[in-house]
Amino acid sequence: MLIGKPPDIPSSAITPKDRYLNRRRFMKGAAALGVAAAGSARMLDVISPGTAVKAGAKLETVRSPLSTSGEQLTSYEDITHYNNFYEFGVNKDDPAKNAGGLPTRPWTVKVTGLVQQPKTFDIDTLLKLRPLEERVYRHRCVEAWSMVIPWVGYSLSEFIKQCDPLSNAKYVQFLSYYNSKVEKWSGESTIFWPYSEGLRMDEAMNPLALLTFGLYGEVLPNQDGAPVRIVLPWKYGFKSAKSIVEVKFLEKQPSTTWHEMAPDEYGFYSNVNPTVDHPRWSQKTERRVGMPFYAQRRATLMFNGYSDQVASLYTGMNLRKYY
Amino acid sequence: MKRSTIIALKVLAWIACLWPFGLLVYGAITNTLGADPTANIELTTGYNTLLLLILSLAITPLRRVWSKLSWLIQFRRLLGLFAFFYGTVHLLAYVALYAGFDVNSILADVAKRKFITIGFAAWLLLVPLAATSTNWAIRKLGGKRWSRLHKLVYLAAVCGIVHYWWQVKPGVLSPLRLTVVLAVLLLARPVLAWIQRARTRTPAYSRT
Repeated sequence: MLIGKPPDIPSSAITPKDRYLNRRRFMKGAAALGVAAAGSARMLDVISPGTAVKAGAKLETVRSPLSTSGEQLTSYEDITHYNNFYEFGVNKDDPAKNAGGLPTRPWTVKVTGLVQQPKTFDIDTLLKLRPLEERVYRHRCVEAWSMVIPWVGYSLSEFIKQCDPLSNAKYVQFLSYYNSKVEKWSGESTIFWPYSEGLRMDEAMNPLALLTFGLYGEVLPNQDGAPVRIVLPWKYGFKSAKSIVEVKFLEKQPSTTWHEMAPDEYGFYSNVNPTVDHPRWSQKTERRVGMPFYAQRRATLMFNGYSDQVASLYTGMNLRKYY
Repeated sequence: MKRSTIIALKVLAWIACLWPFGLLVYGAITNTLGADPTANIELTTGYNTLLLLILSLAITPLRRVWSKLSWLIQFRRLLGLFAFFYGTVHLLAYVALYAGFDVNSILADVAKRKFITIGFAAWLLLVPLAATSTNWAIRKLGGKRWSRLHKLVYLAAVCGIVHYWWQVKPGVLSPLRLTVVLAVLLLARPVLAWIQRARTRTPAYSRT
């Protein structure tokens, strides 16, 4: 199940996304007959699939020993229609509806701060920097729901090497795209934009940290953080910043958005930890997305099941204090 | 208003009140409640509890402003009881799907998580109201005592809205709309009463 063992599920055996789509559409069709009079939004999905999944450009990927095996993948439909991307609205189905205007080309990622030489990378250069790997990772939201997602990307450490950070760069900060004209719904919350996240250098250099360009073998849909994001599977999902435009290297711990909003609820580290509760809810269990309501609940795993790979980053650290 | 019209409206009201619940049951059976069905059930039942409570609180102000709507009083109990119904389903869904029937988890949650504490308090406040909603109870308590007891609905509604605010992520403004409506309805009572007192204080012959 974890790194070190060859993956049990070869890429070819992963259920093609269109079969997942068809399953959902069939169920929706059956339900539509019953809720005909309701005129609910789900019904409209069936008759006129305006929010139907759009196929993205394919990405050539190789298998990775760092991919997680033994988990059932979450459907493409759920991954692309159940999102927290508050710049596009605070409801889970808002990003899929509203993120269409996100301009993913041209796109650059600035590298600034404590580096030998500030650089700007074009997205297409980044796509070719290393072979793209398919990495299946568990994704655990701080809200206690979880998914299993087949991401496409390469280790963040490869990108960081290209950034040439100075020796006193102890932290790296990620800034997301922000444009109030494109992201007209950003006023639905009182968050200060742009979205900011950060990591300690050794966390960022861990091979599990993924510079991510796609999912299910295709480029990222806008609502999932196109065209480039990071994925940190051992941390709560909000740490995995989306639509990144700047990477900054610093000496001191950077300010991060959710920690600013509620310092007692969202820590800088936010490692998945069933023994450290969120102040407002327990983190002992989680709800797996895509399961029927009576079968969702399951135990949360320490470091989201990636202890073998990341626990050593935190030896001796009080994880309750540094939540 | 004719008795037959009231009956027809009551039938429609029952259908409207049961509709969201029906959709949830159907969705649960066919597994079409979306990506996170547990959250869907909890948020839908919670929202409808607040909505129905707020609708029931709108009746008295409406009757005071337009005497032609005085027949609305016949719908207040129905709305209140359906609010209690949704609140109870909301509580049961929490017990079953979030706490897994684990009593220790539930006790810990109620003690430690303030949004659950206040949510539970809101439901508890509705229990005596639901229990004394029958004609028998109204007669037994007498109009004055019954009215005084049922003023608890204001506190329950406020606890319910605070429960919603304490549940969402800090900075998220989803509960704002219902909050504004509730605030208007709660303020309507003293404001309307003040207007009425101001009117009766003015001697009739000097009123235009």
